[in-house]
Amino acid sequence: MSEKKTTVNSKSMTLIKMGNIDPTFKYELTNVSGNERLKLCFQCGTCTADCPIARFSEIYHPRKLIRMTQLGMKDKILESEALWLCAACFTCVDHCPQGVDIASVFRALRNIAVREGIVPAVFRELTDNILKTGYAYRIPELRHKKRAEVNLPVLPKANTDDITKLFEIISVSKVMKKEK
Amino acid sequence: MKYLLFLGCVIPYRIPSYEISARKVLEKLGVELVEMPEFNCCGLPIDSVDHDAMLLLAARNLCLAEKENLDILTLCPGCAGTLRKVNKRLAEDKKLKEHINSILKTIGLKVQGGKIRVTHLIQMLLEDVGLNKIKGTVEKPLNDLKVAEHNGCHILRPTKYIGFDDPENPVILKNLIETTGAQCLDYLYETDCCGAPIVGVNDEIPLRLAGDKLRNIKAVNAEALITVCPFCHMMFDINQPRIERLLNEKFGLPVLHYPQLLGLAMGLDAKELALNELRVDATKIKQKTSPLSEV
Repeated sequence: MSEKKTTVNSKSMTLIKMGNIDPTFKYELTNVSGNERLKLCFQCGTCTADCPIARFSEIYHPRKLIRMTQLGMKDKILESEALWLCAACFTCVDHCPQGVDIASVFRALRNIAVREGIVPAVFRELTDNILKTGYAYRIPELRHKKRAEVNLPVLPKANTDDITKLFEIISVSKVMKKEK
Repeated sequence: MKYLLFLGCVIPYRIPSYEISARKVLEKLGVELVEMPEFNCCGLPIDSVDHDAMLLLAARNLCLAEKENLDILTLCPGCAGTLRKVNKRLAEDKKLKEHINSILKTIGLKVQGGKIRVTHLIQMLLEDVGLNKIKGTVEKPLNDLKVAEHNGCHILRPTKYIGFDDPENPVILKNLIETTGAQCLDYLYETDCCGAPIVGVNDEIPLRLAGDKLRNIKAVNAEALITVCPFCHMMFDINQPRIERLLNEKFGLPVLHYPQLLGLAMGLDAKELALNELRVDATKIKQKTSPLSEV
């Protein structure tokens, strides 16, 4: 996205060209169940003020991400590291005076990013583990042995055939092979 | 009291001490656990990748419980939150249920939604066992011990799906802690997230966030932190040395699972409760609670 830094009233501002935004992008989000109230955000900033992650991050501001979504700055959002910094603690969801399910909007944005081939390595790994073992983590052989030593029941084997079938129907497996 | 135990992934992967101590304590309270056959990941970790994948994984787990006609008990708030939310949405949203069932059909399953209940350890202890019964099992009250608690977000929020305790001022875990005789202290930013879910995307933010919480807990002179979530425990216990190195600050704060604390008060042996598996040395707590046991 091309941007030009300019000075207005001696404050540095970023100009965004209308041609680079997609005004219909917000509807991609509001069509997803849970995100209906996205357009009601009036930028009060309660989400950012109460966010525990934002206290320790220079780049993560939920309010900003919501505004960018409303405006349709799709490329900029999907390429941003900030999109993956929400810890889903749901504090903002509980506090938003407009009832916007902010965490649900970010989750839907992440799903769009994944479909475009943008997936942080850790999520590729989790998905791969679930497909191959049914569990989000690869449980090492040593752990199974240790369970037996302390008389914990044998860990049930997941039905990976079931999971493979389900993921094929919704094409998760295919999407994960795509890389940007 | 009989439940299907949904273990999830993180506990068998990294935190067996939580499972060991929970099973010991629940046995003492007369809670019967049935192992859940063929369960899979609750779905939470994949929600960011594909929402439908999360719904399907959760729904498949719910189907297994519906077949057994037993309520699900989880030790992990992430699993509890996810399964509970999906259970509720399936019961209320007919269109969603049709969509999920049209896919589940290929593996010969059909989910009803809302048929069984999903509960987390502390909710079950409060609502099904009851504080009085728990108090009745305490043989060695931990009267000299001062601790702090960290709930785990998904037990409390989002309110619209969970509706348990007051997310702004949670008291249930505190009340459960106080049944053991220990005092539970308030501290700054108590209800803040531990940051664990973004480890792997960015490690420094969660380490600083958890470090800030550890500092606030130390500031009120708590001798231990009590958790009821494997992710939070990993953050505060396993990662505590990393946090100390990053911040160049020493905390040395033992982090116990609630069932470990309760077990000590019940007079169970520290070793039986897997206190030796904790990363941060809990010798001081062991000495304080069971001075005669081997430490």
